[in-house]
Amino acid sequence: MKDLVIIGGGPAGMSAAVAAYESGIRDILILERDNALGGILQQCIHNGFGLHKFGEELTGPEYAWRYEKKVRELGIPFELNTMVLDISEDKVITATSAEKGVFQIQARAVILAMGCRERAKGALNIAGARPAGIYSAGTAQKLVNMKGYMPGKKVVILGSGDIGLIMARRMTLEGAKVEAVCELMPYSGGLARNIEQCLNDFDIPLKLSHTVVKIHGKKRVEGVTIAKVDENRRPIPETMEFIECDTLLLSVGLIPENELSKCAGVDLDRITSGAVVDQDRQTSCEGVFACGNVLHVHDLVDFVSEEAEIAGKSAAAYINGVKGEKISVSLRTDGKIRYTVPQTITECKDISVYFRVADVYRNVKINVYSGDELIFSKKRPKVAPGEMESIKLACDKFKDASELMFKLEEV
Amino acid sequence: MNTKRELTCIVCPIGCSLVAELCDGKVVSVTGNTCPRGKVYAETECVAPMRTITTTVKCKNGEMLPVKTATPIPKEKMAEAMEIINKANPDLPISVGDVIIESVFGSKIVAAKNLD
Repeated sequence: MKDLVIIGGGPAGMSAAVAAYESGIRDILILERDNALGGILQQCIHNGFGLHKFGEELTGPEYAWRYEKKVRELGIPFELNTMVLDISEDKVITATSAEKGVFQIQARAVILAMGCRERAKGALNIAGARPAGIYSAGTAQKLVNMKGYMPGKKVVILGSGDIGLIMARRMTLEGAKVEAVCELMPYSGGLARNIEQCLNDFDIPLKLSHTVVKIHGKKRVEGVTIAKVDENRRPIPETMEFIECDTLLLSVGLIPENELSKCAGVDLDRITSGAVVDQDRQTSCEGVFACGNVLHVHDLVDFVSEEAEIAGKSAAAYINGVKGEKISVSLRTDGKIRYTVPQTITECKDISVYFRVADVYRNVKINVYSGDELIFSKKRPKVAPGEMESIKLACDKFKDASELMFKLEEV
Repeated sequence: MNTKRELTCIVCPIGCSLVAELCDGKVVSVTGNTCPRGKVYAETECVAPMRTITTTVKCKNGEMLPVKTATPIPKEKMAEAMEIINKANPDLPISVGDVIIESVFGSKIVAAKNLD
């Protein structure tokens, strides 16, 4: 029996562990499948992490180390090289490692912090054989940054999410030629600063409303055919263009890794692909919490840490039997706002609500209604799908509501 | 004669759109920034752009060590700096912050990870 088992030792898992410890819980165990703590930050050697949390620009490994150091100083136990296979509805965790074989742990509370994985080529339907030289951007990142191998010399990148942009710069610095970054949408999914410092600094063209329609080569990628797409995202045949390359990197989205959450019977949100949670990041299963990229994909690790602190503190309160004033409010959206996290409010306290929008909108108001009553409004000059938004709501605004409607409206 | 230059600030994830007004190669005004660092960025970017490099070096035991320039270096020196950094071949153990190379275009190259 353990008070708290945390699945995943990345930024979310470590931050949740520290927060639970600081809230008085001592019987904690972190289970991590990799051979080190830190999760994906270990391969994110670029800087820009921690501005929000630490007020300085850190690289991924440095940010991870800040938390690993705390975990070690507090003496929070963790098991590496340990794969969790199952979480039962009554919170029995089945895991395996070379050292211990298959073993089970009964937990009083569980925090899900498994992170996310990359969408693969199979999900994309690109014509052509299966030659060597096609990598997800994250796999290429691991090869270059952790193994010291270059995946290729002439590169085309499909998808302009931040990982794709970061890899365009990284491959260029290591001597490869990045021919183009193609983006299906008319806007980039990455941060403006990354377009500037990862593409513009190296004169790498960003081709918006473009996609890869064919991969050439049998044994090794020899090139790709790209085409402009129309407003329905269909390739326009007259615009087809051949680009010679030996490598295609895919940066086409991230999917929360919720297989274990499904084992535990956690309700999932169809839009986020993560769990449906309340303000405490508690899932539909009592005592099971979720945070970080397994809950919804974040842009900034700083917000992952913040969310994980909420989950850690809340798991501690659950274990200690602390209960607040109960309410029941569901959060709904108008479609222009795609989702909110949390999706429900079950306790009367001030909360932050995180969300993403469906398209690029300019000069809008984020309005929150309880019935016909406008309880919150905030002006934004520009919102975009690639940038997560957040607002703060005071509990006296919603304590008598049963439903809050989040709308994006013209100013 | 005054000229205008449009920039995207790279100091933080907000990525403000900046407009710098230049007179005889000197920045006379900056607009669009939401913090003082944006102004400093635009002033430097128009005159002598600087960048932080993050990369890796191979240690003696074959492991890859992430490193970075402790302070930004001139943007046009990035490729040359990479050549110098790639020649480093440090011994373990290494701690976060250890100096791997004393000076590359005015900046120390420091370790970003512990390796035992």
